[in-house]
Amino acid sequence: MKHLISIEDLSKSDIERILNLAEYLIPVAEGKKRMEIMRGKILANLFFEPSTRTRMSFEVAMKRLGGEVVNLTSQEASSIAKGENLADTIRVISGYADVIVIRHSLEGAAKFAAENSSVPVINAGDGAGQHPTQTLLDLFTLRREAKLENVKIALVGDLKYSRTVHSLVKALKLYNAKIYYVCPDTLMLPEELVEEVGGERVALEDIISEVDAIYVTRIQKERFPDEEEYRKVAGSYVITSKILENAKEDLIIMHPLPRVDEITFDVDKTKHAVYYKQAFYGVPVRMAILCEVVEWSN
Amino acid sequence: MEQLTISKIREGTVIDHINAGKAPLVLKILGIDKGSKETVSLAMNVPSKKMGKKDIVKVEGKFLGEEELNKIALIAPGATINIIKDYKIVKKFKVTPPEKLEGILRCPNRNCISNAEREPITPKFKIVKKSTLFAVCEYCGRRFSNFEDNLE
Repeated sequence: MKHLISIEDLSKSDIERILNLAEYLIPVAEGKKRMEIMRGKILANLFFEPSTRTRMSFEVAMKRLGGEVVNLTSQEASSIAKGENLADTIRVISGYADVIVIRHSLEGAAKFAAENSSVPVINAGDGAGQHPTQTLLDLFTLRREAKLENVKIALVGDLKYSRTVHSLVKALKLYNAKIYYVCPDTLMLPEELVEEVGGERVALEDIISEVDAIYVTRIQKERFPDEEEYRKVAGSYVITSKILENAKEDLIIMHPLPRVDEITFDVDKTKHAVYYKQAFYGVPVRMAILCEVVEWSN
Repeated sequence: MEQLTISKIREGTVIDHINAGKAPLVLKILGIDKGSKETVSLAMNVPSKKMGKKDIVKVEGKFLGEEELNKIALIAPGATINIIKDYKIVKKFKVTPPEKLEGILRCPNRNCISNAEREPITPKFKIVKKSTLFAVCEYCGRRFSNFEDNLE
């Protein structure tokens, strides 16, 4: 049995297979076509941290494929935590379900869950660690809306704590991407990751006319020692339609969402904004992932 | 006249060329403490031509496995191991860091699942040698080289 814990669990051909299947499943994700591949299967959504998009998109993905879903939300999770450890919780729930999706605040929790599970485990985000399903939908978005091979991409915002960015840069390396980092000193990507994947730090204005994609993340106010420090950097990483005047015609702007104020509302109306489509792509991509892991378990 | 700091052992393991001051950590890595049965001799700050000063640990009546001994490379990379039988060295080798390590170290990332209380979990690490030796936590991916600060 195989689990999906890190994007590094997948080879480039695994990724291509999942993205191709996701492409095929788009009409099913849209509800235009019916499919019952998961009939009789149960997905356990274990969210020890609150989530809207990831949890719901997994739920929708499973239901659109004819399967069923049981949920453990953060409220119930906190009561479980009072009396039962994660290992026992997973051992019990893997007896109830055919596949487990887990989000947890501790890094490595999904790997540990997989070690204690008798069914496939999918990591839906562990602390500041990995978020491989988000990465797959990000790759899918790039492939559909811009390009994936040799893409020039600027990563903007909090690159230090963003698990979506940590997973994404590893995958982009497989596609010979040119990566630019746009962030304050204090929020730069961890050094070992830069060593591994390359890329350079730049000012957005200097490369805006060259890049195919901008991937924006929220600068997390709670990470700053004082609010004044946050205010200094927050304003300098806002994507506005004015900044985009020098951009390529077909530049796309991505964001894993939720957005706070790092992209102004006027950008939403431009053809560059693909973040809502990106969120939708979570459904077909997660459908493809479910098919893949259930296949692995067989 | 040269004077023997600690006497020879009849059978067991001698760990020589330990960086001065690290002998207690070597014992910790090998799990030898006051509850252990073995007779242990320990010499610290012994004059050494190669190292200036060195530590030596002699464990009487116990043959430690090569894999177990290689863990010593994390804190004393130049250590040499002598396996003694009937007062003679029957095997001698230098420690080499293990490729994988379970236990002994704890992950410095406080937000790593391997540090969670009440979970039946043993910390696991890959040991990687680039310009320096470092450990990578198999759970959270944290990379670190300050082994002494992170011994269990």
